[in-house]
Amino acid sequence: MKFSNFIYKFFFEGNFFPILTIVTVIGIFWYLIALPMNAEKVERKFKDLNTTEKIIKSWNLEKPKLPTPHQIVKEIVNTVFYKKITSKRSLVYHGWITLEATLAGFFLGTALGILLALGIVHNKAMDLSVMPWVIASQTVPILAIAPMIIVVMNSVGITGLLPKAIISMYLSFFPVVVGMVKGLRSPDQMQIDQMKTWSASSNQLLWKLRFPSSVPYLFASLKVGIAASLVGAIVGELPSGAIAGLGARMLAGTYYGQTIMIWSALFTAAFLAASLVITINIVQNFTLKKMAIIT
Amino acid sequence: MISVKDVDLIFETNDGPVQALRNVSLEVEKGDFVSFIGPSGCGKTTLLRAIAALEIPTKGNLTVNGKSPDSARIDREYGYVFQAAGLYPWRTVEGNIKLPLEIMGYSKTEIKERIQKVIELVELKGFEKKFPWQLSGGMQQRASIARALAFDANILLMDEPFGALDEIVRDRLNSELLDLWRQTKKTICFVTHSIPEAVFLSTKIVVMSPRPGRITDTIQSTLPLKRDLNIRDSQDFIKIAQRVREGLKSGHQDEVL
Ligand SMILES: Nc1ncnc2c1ncn2[C@@H]1O[C@H](COP(=O)(O)OP(=O)(O)O)[C@@H](O)[C@H]1O
Ligand SMILES: [Mg+2]
Repeated sequence: MKFSNFIYKFFFEGNFFPILTIVTVIGIFWYLIALPMNAEKVERKFKDLNTTEKIIKSWNLEKPKLPTPHQIVKEIVNTVFYKKITSKRSLVYHGWITLEATLAGFFLGTALGILLALGIVHNKAMDLSVMPWVIASQTVPILAIAPMIIVVMNSVGITGLLPKAIISMYLSFFPVVVGMVKGLRSPDQMQIDQMKTWSASSNQLLWKLRFPSSVPYLFASLKVGIAASLVGAIVGELPSGAIAGLGARMLAGTYYGQTIMIWSALFTAAFLAASLVITINIVQNFTLKKMAIIT
Repeated sequence: MISVKDVDLIFETNDGPVQALRNVSLEVEKGDFVSFIGPSGCGKTTLLRAIAALEIPTKGNLTVNGKSPDSARIDREYGYVFQAAGLYPWRTVEGNIKLPLEIMGYSKTEIKERIQKVIELVELKGFEKKFPWQLSGGMQQRASIARALAFDANILLMDEPFGALDEIVRDRLNSELLDLWRQTKKTICFVTHSIPEAVFLSTKIVVMSPRPGRITDTIQSTLPLKRDLNIRDSQDFIKIAQRVREGLKSGHQDEVL
């Protein structure tokens, strides 16, 4: 009874059907678009095919311009489940390398963001001077900065995770600063006056009022921040011939025309991003429930 | 206890200066229950905030317990109950009452005892573990009053604490507040815009008028200290209420002229 209830809810009350519909529509378009995009290659490689054969061939080329979903899924299943996870050909291996840098950059970025926000809220001079720089930092294209960071750090002997984490941090501290400044300033004048009537110190004002008030804002920022971190880590793997990570995998794919490899790395990255955001969402719901901010 | 002499308070705003208080003088004795009544915008809140050192008078002299308002604030000599209950949503009733005690550095055992005591005082027993959203408006205001009573301030400043409540709840809280005042022997300054509320509660009623905010009448109540809601039908009560109404009207006439 309970289980069937759950099944019913899952299919008919949740967003299962809307999502399924969208996915189906995208899938159909994908296969349709793959036809003209891969047609040229089919013409070149095969002679004397009838239409049905042409269609099937263009959906199953070895190095297609646009690989089809089932090819990508097959490649992902193959490189995730049928390769040893220590192997250079395993997507788990590359995914982990990228994930490590993402998480390191995310924690660094969050810490930096919170520290800057505290400074901005507590210090008038920082309030006036820091924010313009923070915004300016994000107007510089990351693709221009990433190679510089990698090269400079390599030249002093720092390679591997840290340079990538720095790039992730560079992208992820921004939403945290913006969200935390807003959150720390969210208590209204009455709440602040109330603290004043108890003659609370500025530390007490911070820990007992400003910080708890900012928690919902922090979580919203963290969700943007973690996605930005992942982008940062992948961008950090593109230049200077990195050999491992999803970014390196995409780059290798472009070198050798292995479109299926590029797309499967891309899908893995998307899957990672979704998992990370969902994880933060779960922590957020738990925390806010615990704090009785949502019920 | 509280002494206000020739106080002016002018807000500098973008549209020019706003005179919120002009020439306000007032003495509040220890154990008094003083109500401030007047139409909205007449400076009641501003006066209370000036006593609490949340605003600084432009001119004149203001002392609380013989000190400057700011010293009195720093020495935690008053509790302030705001118009909205202002409870922290992430803290339970108990947690909210605990908040000022934590800030003031009371010991754990002392905090426990005090919470127990004020919870009983405001009749919130059994609701200690509830969150603010689980309480009615009247109960939230009681929790807010409990919070202001929990520490050793002998002055209680209250800014329209029952303004948002319906009349039935308000009557009940008024009686409770009087009991509380007699039990704790605190000095209370109470802002309201309800004439019956002011007359029922106070030993002294301060009538104020707007533009600029000033005192038009100060009435020493002739009602006995021990009173219940029935007193509202007595001759004395009606007479005092009439005088308050006169005071409000005369302030209004000045303004028209
Ligand atoms: N922070 C402020 N800045 C400018 N004007 C203010 C401020 N606070 C109050 N006022 C003005 O002072 C006058 C008195 O306000 P207030 O003390 O809140 O009145 P009441 O509490 O009696 O309704 C009003 O005209 C109001 O607009
Ligand atoms: Mg007011």
